[in-house]
Amino acid sequence: MEKRFIYADNAATTAVSEEVLEAMLPYFREGYGNASSIYKLGRDAQKAVENAREKVAKAIGAEPREIFFTSCGSEADNWAIKGTAELLAKKGKKHIITSVFEHHAVLHTTEYLEKHGFEITYIPVSDKGLINPDDIRKAIREDTALVTIMYANNEIGTIQPINEIAAICNEKGVLFHTDAVQAVGHVDIDVHKQGIDMLSLSGHKIHAQKGIGALYIRKGLILPNLIHGGGQERGKRAGTENVPAIVGLGVAIEAATRNIIEKNAVIVPRRNKLIDNILKLPYTRLNGDKDKRLPGNVNISFEGIEGESLLLMLDMNGICASSGSACTSGSLDPSHVLLSIGLKHEVAHGSLRLSIEDDTTDEDVDYILEVIPKVVKHLRDMSPVWEKMMKGEKYE
Amino acid sequence: MLYSEKVLDHFSNPRNVGEIEDADGIGEIGNAKCGDIMKMYLKIDDNTITDVKFKTFGCGAAVATSSMATELIKGKSINDALKLTNEAVVEALDGLPAVKIHCSVLAEQAVRAALSDYYTRQGIDPVPIVGEIKEPEEE
Repeated sequence: MEKRFIYADNAATTAVSEEVLEAMLPYFREGYGNASSIYKLGRDAQKAVENAREKVAKAIGAEPREIFFTSCGSEADNWAIKGTAELLAKKGKKHIITSVFEHHAVLHTTEYLEKHGFEITYIPVSDKGLINPDDIRKAIREDTALVTIMYANNEIGTIQPINEIAAICNEKGVLFHTDAVQAVGHVDIDVHKQGIDMLSLSGHKIHAQKGIGALYIRKGLILPNLIHGGGQERGKRAGTENVPAIVGLGVAIEAATRNIIEKNAVIVPRRNKLIDNILKLPYTRLNGDKDKRLPGNVNISFEGIEGESLLLMLDMNGICASSGSACTSGSLDPSHVLLSIGLKHEVAHGSLRLSIEDDTTDEDVDYILEVIPKVVKHLRDMSPVWEKMMKGEKYE
Repeated sequence: MLYSEKVLDHFSNPRNVGEIEDADGIGEIGNAKCGDIMKMYLKIDDNTITDVKFKTFGCGAAVATSSMATELIKGKSINDALKLTNEAVVEALDGLPAVKIHCSVLAEQAVRAALSDYYTRQGIDPVPIVGEIKEPEEE
């Protein structure tokens, strides 16, 4: 078996595409003007920014003036949540609803608000990693300021019932924000039709560079300014525009949303081949619903082994992937997402996430399927936990 | 996570992996909940560790520190093995990331746990010789 290099961690980040890089390059050395300047060099930069804004708006069914560029998805999440909190606290609304398995950009923000007098309801998720919209309905109160629920989970890839949740929020007159960082480019999004008030997105997950994101804010909703200073982003988020990055995001999101159905028709069978074959190994489980999940997401737990070891072994075989083990989360606890769907600590430690795209070939899939059983066997052979499992002893 | 070449070497080609059927001392330390378990098997003849094997469930550093610990005590006297410190394991591996130092402590404790079991089997109270075995603390 010839060693290959396979990047199967596209949910972590993606390479800047050729198309995006080409579009960005002129704005470093030639079109370097400040978009606020009056002369042609500046006006051209401003045109490029506005052109990108149109592209982002079109990709998610918004109007250009509803798009505000940020430095990343986390910034967009912070702005949406803290901005809404500040806005509605004045009206006595100090209750926010979110879920237990949001990205830390949301969870750490709500935890911060909890310390500042807000009350947060954390909606549990099912063992399949799905939120029940009825739970949201029941949690909404008179003083609920915001519901913030991720579009798709970053670890287990489950796609949430966003339309139903948005409809409930609209009916109850509660603002609805969604972190769509993992969803954009993989599922069709139309913020107006879906009734979404705010949506966060990020460039580097869809082949733009790192350090650029955007927040969609429905017109009529006036959030407090995020950065005070100049008049950029209609005065709401000051700071000289990162023109090349913004241009890149525009091109990237246009490309990512151009042919979602065709792309997924290629990715989903390959992903299912990965899932079905890996699950043939004993003591494995798929994390997250198989159907309501992002097209390229595979998340499987292997009992008896630990995730970081698995990642290192895969890396030695040229495969880049990620895990929700404690060792990769930087704490003693494994991923909060895996715990939220009911996994025991010891099972969550042995999880693997592969996130593939349409450039992951059939040969790549076959290679991954050749490598995984070998490295899992290698690690299980040296695992005292596996030994006990095979002897039918308890190991907790 | 920046691992030294030595750590990666011991992780990818761990020394002394396995079990000893008729071991004279077996020590196990850690728990699966925290993500690290080390099991150490010793064969002892005339106060000398003639053979040592290990099994580890854990991260790259856990595997590498167990592997290195077995190398450092194999062929040594019990007294030398009792002097093994986690610092010595770290040094032999050309260092460990700060968050992984606890793995080297586990390796040291696994050796001590196996020696403790050896003394217990001999009908000797291990505590005055080996000391108390420290289970990893939950942070």
